[in-house]
Amino acid sequence: MTAETLARWQFGITTVYHFFFVPITIGMSVLVAILQTFWVRTGRERYLQLTKFYGKLFLINFALGVATGIVQEFQFGMNWSDYSRFVGDIFGAPLALEGLLAFFLESTFLGLWIFGWDRLPKKLHLATIWLAAIGTWLSAAFILAANSWMQNPVGSRINLDRGRAELVDFGALLTNPVFLVTYPHQILACLMTAGALVAAVAGWHLWRISREEHRSSDVEAASDVQAQEEVATHRWAVRFGAVVMLIAGLGVMITGDLQGKVMTEVQPMKMAAAEALYENEQPAAFSVLTIGSLDGSKELFSIKVPNLLSFLATGTFDGPVEGINPLNEKYREAYRAQLAELYGPEVATQLTSYNPNIPVTYWSFRAMMGLGFAAMGIGLVLLWATRTRRRSKTPGETPAGTWATPIAHSRLWHLMLVALPLAPLFANSFGWIFTEMGRQPWLVFGLMPTAAGVSPGTTLGEVALSLGIFTVVYAALAVIEVGLLITYIRKGLPDVTPRPETDEDDADAPLSFAY
Amino acid sequence: MDLATLQVIWFGLIAVLFTGYFVLEGFDFGVGMLLPILGRDERERRVMINTIGPVWDGNEVWVLVAGGAMFAAFPEWYATLFSGFYVPLLLILICLVVRAVAFEYRGKRDSARWRRGWLISIIVCSTGPAVLWGVAFANIVAGVPLGPDHEYIGTLGDLLQPFALLGGLVTLSLFATHGALFVALKTVGEIRTRARKLAGRTGVVAAVSLVALAVWYNLAHANTPLVWLPTAIAALALVGALVANRRGREGWAFTGTAVTIGATVATLFLGLFPDVMPASNVAAHGLTIHNASATELTLSIMSIAALVATPVVLAYQGWTYWVFRKRIGVQHLPAEQSA
Repeated sequence: MTAETLARWQFGITTVYHFFFVPITIGMSVLVAILQTFWVRTGRERYLQLTKFYGKLFLINFALGVATGIVQEFQFGMNWSDYSRFVGDIFGAPLALEGLLAFFLESTFLGLWIFGWDRLPKKLHLATIWLAAIGTWLSAAFILAANSWMQNPVGSRINLDRGRAELVDFGALLTNPVFLVTYPHQILACLMTAGALVAAVAGWHLWRISREEHRSSDVEAASDVQAQEEVATHRWAVRFGAVVMLIAGLGVMITGDLQGKVMTEVQPMKMAAAEALYENEQPAAFSVLTIGSLDGSKELFSIKVPNLLSFLATGTFDGPVEGINPLNEKYREAYRAQLAELYGPEVATQLTSYNPNIPVTYWSFRAMMGLGFAAMGIGLVLLWATRTRRRSKTPGETPAGTWATPIAHSRLWHLMLVALPLAPLFANSFGWIFTEMGRQPWLVFGLMPTAAGVSPGTTLGEVALSLGIFTVVYAALAVIEVGLLITYIRKGLPDVTPRPETDEDDADAPLSFAY
Repeated sequence: MDLATLQVIWFGLIAVLFTGYFVLEGFDFGVGMLLPILGRDERERRVMINTIGPVWDGNEVWVLVAGGAMFAAFPEWYATLFSGFYVPLLLILICLVVRAVAFEYRGKRDSARWRRGWLISIIVCSTGPAVLWGVAFANIVAGVPLGPDHEYIGTLGDLLQPFALLGGLVTLSLFATHGALFVALKTVGEIRTRARKLAGRTGVVAAVSLVALAVWYNLAHANTPLVWLPTAIAALALVGALVANRRGREGWAFTGTAVTIGATVATLFLGLFPDVMPASNVAAHGLTIHNASATELTLSIMSIAALVATPVVLAYQGWTYWVFRKRIGVQHLPAEQSA
């Protein structure tokens, strides 16, 4: 066990964990802003209820996203100081700009939004959530520009005297083809996740109501006007969330396809690894299932769709796709000399193969796509189930057990509704695990192997200590967060009937919101 | 603009960013650590938390920007500092993580045990960073052992040198005073009186430790005698703050501690210049603005961004303080814990 191994694990754990909260933050900020816009424009109580209900879930999630994001900012310096020295001139700028242009915006305006109900004029208050949402989108842009550079280091040159990469063209950083396809892919994936969450939570309430009605013989409850309105509101939210998810999901597929083509061009090894394609093929078949030998060096069994990989990678059905083994030869020839010059001959000789861990890339790629499709499938089922309004009939006519909601109280529904938000969320995780693991053994593709980036002075004990503390603290926070989310999901739509008018000048009037 | 000028500008900007961070988060660390002392019951503690409720998150971003700017403008400084001061920074990070969640979650369950747990988290995680930032900055300016590759080669124990511990005491007492004055400025009722009294006491500790640190620094470590100027401003502003507090001028008193913190950061940075991470063992192993900086192109791009964005950020953050300018007291708390 070396400090480097633990540093890798630590980066993986803290980053995957951080990224459970990020897609929800980026997607939900916009959905909550849209809900509040509906309310401001129509004045309908339903939209205010939904804004406050989902706003609360958004904030519970946001708190952890922000908190764990602090660690991300400093982790580069702590565990990856040689990386920081090598890339700081390029990688640091987007990080600094992210803080200056995005973090300030989101944190300040979210504070205003949380505490500003009733204190700010309606439209100004609405503007605060939009500005916070813009902040989250900007933040994604900067960090993805930085990450895209690690995948495809454009706009820079190597300064051998200083042993570092230096910026020569900032514009190239922002027009990096990897960035241009990754940004929409990620933003849409966030919207997909948030849409799924909205639909699942509202769907769960419909499920809960139908279960309660099923159990109770009190048919009057079902015809209660308020209960009817509650069902109608949740039904609306299910459809809203599902539509957002499906449209975004379609966008995720299209941008994902574009990503595949860019990836084939700039990181052919990652594409080959995604498919466990060992030798060059023309035309190349798409692997539905490939079982390789344990060390991932050759293929044992596979089911394939002919020509499909050629299309995904090159856009034509008979395009050539390079395999892992020939690419390994090619990379060795292309990079060995420069590696020896930059990091010394040992680093160059230690790097014997240039391919990532094939089982990890192969399966994470499939998990990402499979989970995304599964979520979209559930979304379609939800849209179908809620296509017509189904109300209970007037009391007396309704036999006990008639559903007032479009979702039956079955186990299957419950299972689907719980799976719905988790599927795109984990698809996000697997997508990133694929992207980052697929870049290995490189930290910066073609320029810096991961092993060369670790802090040379940091001891095994130090990294073990921080990994231990982070794991324990993060696990505890996850339990607390999920518990809180469930509590607030169960609470359901809040009562938004306005409080009795208080005198504007009343110095002792209570705050509209306090921690 | 040439590289040498840009390096000086960015050294200054990093100082400005840390000044912003310590002036702003300084008082909300202070409010957090004083919760058990100034807040006698749940409602009073709630009032205190709500004085910083809308702003603490925005305040915290200053450190992210300072860290990011350090990474971009002086990558070597960022790399040496954060890998070298590993354990103290780890503790700061953990505290900031837990503290952020604590503010947000504390009121979200109606259970005494739940609230107590988060209360303790806020207290511990406000006090910890308040001390550790002082320790870290005192170590930076005093110098630590560095290797030829600029990596830290000392031990954790080396970071606990007496000068650094004194630095920790300075930030702790200064932030406590700053926080107490903020509570006095933002509340009504008994808590306000109590906060003023407490500021008078912690202010004396802050003044004595600050003067001791400043004198020691000027005599032992500072690169230029010019440092006496911000040192004098810091000391005078703190005395002024204590006098104003005694006379019931809370606004002036708070301004005084804000100036003290700013002048203290200026003292440290001015005396550090042009070093950024001096080596205590072999001078040549140290980092200066020249051998730690990014390229001219990166610094130029960042300068433009800072020039455009900073006034906007200051304007909207200032506006937030204006929106929430009213004093609050126990009577203002909404009945339900989580509205």
